Amino acid sequence: MTAAIPDGEILVGIYRRMTRIKQNDERFRAVLKSGKLVMPYYSPRGQEVIPSAVSACLDDEDYICTIYRGVHDMIAKGIPLNDLWAEFGGRATGTCKGKGGPMHVTHPGTGVMVTTGIVGSSMPIANGLALAAQIRGEKRVSVAYFGDGASNIGAFHEALNMASVWKLPVIFVCQNNGYGEHTKYANSTAVANIAQRAASYSMPGITVDGNDPVATYLAAREAVDRARQGLGPSLIEAKTFRFHGHVFGDADAYMDKGEKDAWMAKDPVPLFRNWLIKTGLASEDQLATLEAAIELEIDEAVEFTLNSPYPDLAELHRDIYKDEVNV
Amino acid sequence: MNLPAKINTIQAINQALDDAMAADVNVIVLGEDVGDREEGGIVGVTRGLSSKYGDARVRSTPISEQAIIGAAIGAAIVGMRPVAEIMLMNFTTVAMDMIVNHAAKLRFMSGGQTHVPMVIRTMTGAGFGTGGQHADYLEAWFAHTAGIKVVAPSSPADAYGLMLSAIEDDDPVLFIENMPTYWTPGPAPERGVKIPLGKASILREGTDVTLISYSRRVLDCCAVAEKLAAEGISAEVIDLRTISPLDTETFLASVAKTGRAVIVHEAVKPFGVGAEIASLIYESLYGQLKGPVQRVGSNYAPVPFSKPLEDAHVPSLEQIEVAVRATFK
Ligand SMILES: Cc1ncc(C[n+]2csc(CCOP(=O)(O)OP(=O)(O)O)c2C)c(N)n1
Ligand SMILES: [Mg+2]
Repeated sequence: MTAAIPDGEILVGIYRRMTRIKQNDERFRAVLKSGKLVMPYYSPRGQEVIPSAVSACLDDEDYICTIYRGVHDMIAKGIPLNDLWAEFGGRATGTCKGKGGPMHVTHPGTGVMVTTGIVGSSMPIANGLALAAQIRGEKRVSVAYFGDGASNIGAFHEALNMASVWKLPVIFVCQNNGYGEHTKYANSTAVANIAQRAASYSMPGITVDGNDPVATYLAAREAVDRARQGLGPSLIEAKTFRFHGHVFGDADAYMDKGEKDAWMAKDPVPLFRNWLIKTGLASEDQLATLEAAIELEIDEAVEFTLNSPYPDLAELHRDIYKDEVNV
Repeated sequence: MNLPAKINTIQAINQALDDAMAADVNVIVLGEDVGDREEGGIVGVTRGLSSKYGDARVRSTPISEQAIIGAAIGAAIVGMRPVAEIMLMNFTTVAMDMIVNHAAKLRFMSGGQTHVPMVIRTMTGAGFGTGGQHADYLEAWFAHTAGIKVVAPSSPADAYGLMLSAIEDDDPVLFIENMPTYWTPGPAPERGVKIPLGKASILREGTDVTLISYSRRVLDCCAVAEKLAAEGISAEVIDLRTISPLDTETFLASVAKTGRAVIVHEAVKPFGVGAEIASLIYESLYGQLKGPVQRVGSNYAPVPFSKPLEDAHVPSLEQIEVAVRATFK
């Protein structure tokens, strides 16, 4: 590791992102349960550390491509909550006027360029974003987020190879949560660690504990610095676990008894909170204040969403091509 | 620099790419073997471009169709104008996710915040004995997908003017080049003159029957029209140029005049572009037609290898003629 242990401000910043993700996720699930919103929802709860640590190394101008389980990646990147919630609610005030929905959020202002519902497709497109930056001599980097299952799709291999041949400023961040839908990692994947696959594409590959903010930050710091310096792509495999199954309503019958409970007992959000307080990097008061402020922001986003109109039906004919079509 | 009086489609597209790259630094070219180190493409469409504009803007890629289209999409979203080559149309099948789920839909799904101004160049067509996986016309699949435009020129001059428009267009465009007619010379285009997408051209005026086609089979329609003229049948020939968006107005006006229509394409007939056009004609002109609308397409089978089979597979001049006569029944 060339990077130094991050300072307190960075670490508190990572916590701020983590708790923001956790609090939003809790509210999303509560609102879904209440029936006030209806949508396919892929909870990222348990995976808060990864995008929070990665985003601590990114600027607004840096790009991300994420996936259906990507609300944590967007929140960590700084997407405004009103716009995000309204999009999840299918409202005209959403990031995409309600036309994308939870699986297809775009918010260029915070670098959230593409969200895909197709497993593996974030990677080839992140390459293109990085290619544009490279050709234009810009310093920005692109991050492709994806799951462990996605590393078995051809697009992963094509994208890593191309990124390496062209030395693209891209960071491939695999959030290995041990499952692809209901299939266990070992039953679908031929390598013990996905990071091993980096060797085939002559790029650095590192496996980190994706629930450890410092380790994940250090891995991301190195990969982002490398990309910014024009040294090419990296693959980070961050091991983690999803607390609420594949999709909202998942019965978890495919999991081993006790597996989920064991992971939840090591919930990275309170663990990191306690650690920050114990080491004196933050006070209980400071964090409680921060969390309360986020709670208010979420209250407002929910209100905003529920009071927002649905899109006009004329939207059916807009944004298909540049010029409106009505065939 | 002036062009010679006659050029072929390879030269025409090469010139269009050259002119577009000279005019806009955001235009980049990527695809298998497109760079001059790799001879500028397997038939030379991109020859000379990497030497002139550099390896950063003209990039030979790995054989990775998803990665090629993905890279083009990502670059396009942030304002570049990539021209991605998928060597043969059948190879679009391994990049369908990128084309259909992403390129075509990102403008809509993002609520208009992003769009994908890219061109996918691809060649195809039966006649060279390339068999079942290198000669299909798959345009109906793409025309069936909202969000992508489909262009299929029939002459060098059209290829030039349509390519300039395709590159300048703010939506993704699939640009279909017919391989067997690549080397057929035709009148040179005027440099810098664009042909608008979505506008058909009336190649021959007539009063008795309308022949509607695109890409290579336009040439066959012209040949049949010429032959029938000797018998006193006056055929109008419409080259669609663009399949999506479809210039419905032009062919409906023509069929309203002639009362008869034949649609001819090299793609197999069932579920093809011809079916869509025939439907549009019936929806608008039912009652005004003087005979049933006819369709001519390839045999409903994979493209065969053996020469006699390949020849019999694609639409023949005789089939087109028979179809025309059927509209008089
Ligand atoms: C190409 C494709 N195949 C299948 C699916 C259905 N599907 C959605 S998520 C998923 C599991 C993906 O697992 P992983 O990549 O590990 O991501 P995770 O959901 O665990 O975050 C599958 C199979 C899909 N969306 N896209
Ligand atoms: Mg997974």
